[in-house]
Amino acid sequence: MKYSAWSLLRGALGGHRQWPPAWRDAAPKPRYDVVIVGGGGHGLAAAYYLAKNHGITNVAVVERGWIGGGNTGRNTTIVRSNYLYPESARLYDFSLKLYEGLSQALNFNIMLSQRGQLMLAHSRHDLDSMSRWANAMRMNGIQAELLSREAVAALAPVIDLSPQARFPVLGAFMQRRAGTARHDAVAWGYARAASALGVDIIQNCEVRGFINEGGRCVGVDTARGALRAERVGIAAAGHSSVLAKLAGFRLPVTSYALQAMVTEPLKPLLDTVVISPSTGAYVSQSDKGEIVIGAMLDLFPSYAQRGSFAVTQAILAATLAIFPSFSRLRLMRQWAGIVDVVHDSSPIIGPTPVPGLYINCGWGTGGFKAIPAGGWTLAHVLATGATHPLAEPFQLGRFVSGRLVDEAAASGIAH
Amino acid sequence: MMHIPCPWCGARDENEFVCGGTSHLQRPALDVSDEVWGAYLFFRDNPKGVHLERWRHVHGCGQWFNAARNTLTHEILSVYRMTDPVPQ
Ligand SMILES: Cc1cc2nc3c(=O)[nH]c(=O)nc-3n(C[C@H](O)[C@H](O)[C@H](O)COP(=O)(O)OP(=O)(O)OC[C@H]3O[C@@H](n4cnc5c(N)ncnc54)[C@H](O)[C@@H]3O)c2cc1C
Ligand SMILES: [Zn+2]
Repeated sequence: MKYSAWSLLRGALGGHRQWPPAWRDAAPKPRYDVVIVGGGGHGLAAAYYLAKNHGITNVAVVERGWIGGGNTGRNTTIVRSNYLYPESARLYDFSLKLYEGLSQALNFNIMLSQRGQLMLAHSRHDLDSMSRWANAMRMNGIQAELLSREAVAALAPVIDLSPQARFPVLGAFMQRRAGTARHDAVAWGYARAASALGVDIIQNCEVRGFINEGGRCVGVDTARGALRAERVGIAAAGHSSVLAKLAGFRLPVTSYALQAMVTEPLKPLLDTVVISPSTGAYVSQSDKGEIVIGAMLDLFPSYAQRGSFAVTQAILAATLAIFPSFSRLRLMRQWAGIVDVVHDSSPIIGPTPVPGLYINCGWGTGGFKAIPAGGWTLAHVLATGATHPLAEPFQLGRFVSGRLVDEAAASGIAH
Repeated sequence: MMHIPCPWCGARDENEFVCGGTSHLQRPALDVSDEVWGAYLFFRDNPKGVHLERWRHVHGCGQWFNAARNTLTHEILSVYRMTDPVPQ
């Protein structure tokens, strides 16, 4: 069913009782062309682009819990493409461009809001490094601006801009095309569009092993039986190492908890995303009015999706130093997701040491913005066996050759 | 908040400590292949379960020690000295 103003009107007249489910909750079949492990944004997008770009529709997405229940449904929804190196700029800007047309392409409102992102400078050093960063972006053909303190005051008066502020604001750097999108809608939109093209979305179905014949991966063992496939893709974020172990190899990944929290809803007071890299605070206001606060990593390996109170405390202190007027707000919820951190903060999208088995991981704290590109490039390698040009710099082999794409500077903060 | 039993100071709050990552990694000889060197630098077991890891009581006695900790429950099963062998 196509969503439109007309269908909405018809729905309203019928009391909104006749809407069909957005996608089929499928039962597993014994054989597929491609099986994708993990029903987060990257897995669902890969399934959609397999069907849409490559005409491969005999595809299953196998999800342990419910789709979007991992990091995709737990993130602070910031999208941007302000990376330092040309390889990353190409990949993330391709992703942002796909986001810009995604509501139309999927016929599902992902609520993309390009409200811009302010990166605050609190010291002379911050100013210098931000002009380097903005210049690097411009060299890569991506718009970026340096803003004065006065311009910051005009854009976001709720920030403490007084000279006696604990972290005085000297200026900022901005990508105007950055913004937020509705995270659940991204998962649901891809799921609905993939399902409509014939993809099976199988929830409550944990992958417990890989079927290996003659050294080749030919399917997965799941809680609901064996699914054979020509090719298998893993898109399991913080659980990538667990799956790699089942398949018999290791990854350059460490899993950490990354937490976020929201306050009670307020009237609109902040219409841009604000990041203060040197304090670790980053904040936006959701369409519902909640202040969405993201944290830095809990810096010890973890698979517990809760987040440590020590970090909650630190991030709230940093947030209040920048936004003192938030001190009266009550927190509604706090949670964490398990993120897959690699040494250079860049992703891995390509073949694994096991023939027939491919992986998309390593997005760490910042892979929501990359869902369209991660899905697109994983679908490409699953369909053709060849690495997509955008993904060439992002292969496992870089951890042997030493050719890292070290975005730790640009992605050092959780986002 | 984890309570981490420093072998010298006793149980203290987690924010007095920093985690130094996986323990017992052995630096290979300098003439090994790129594969072996890459594995040493970057590739990890990253277990969901018991992980042997280094911690430093940075806002306390300043000492390093090892801990066997469950990465899913955060339960600390044992702490032991930096030079102690891998526990069984
Ligand atoms: C608090 C927080 C804030 C963040 N903020 C931002 C942000 O503002 N901007 C941004 O760009 N990124 C952000 N990120 C990062 C972003 O959320 C992730 O990089 C992205 O969502 C990863 O998508 P994914 O599809 O790879 O993983 P996920 O959405 O985690 O999906 C992986 C799926 O695999 C499933 N799975 C695992 N094991 C198995 C198994 N054995 N069998 C079957 N299924 C399995 C899981 O249940 C899960 O649903 C944030 C992350 C967190 C946690
Ligand atoms: Zn101590």
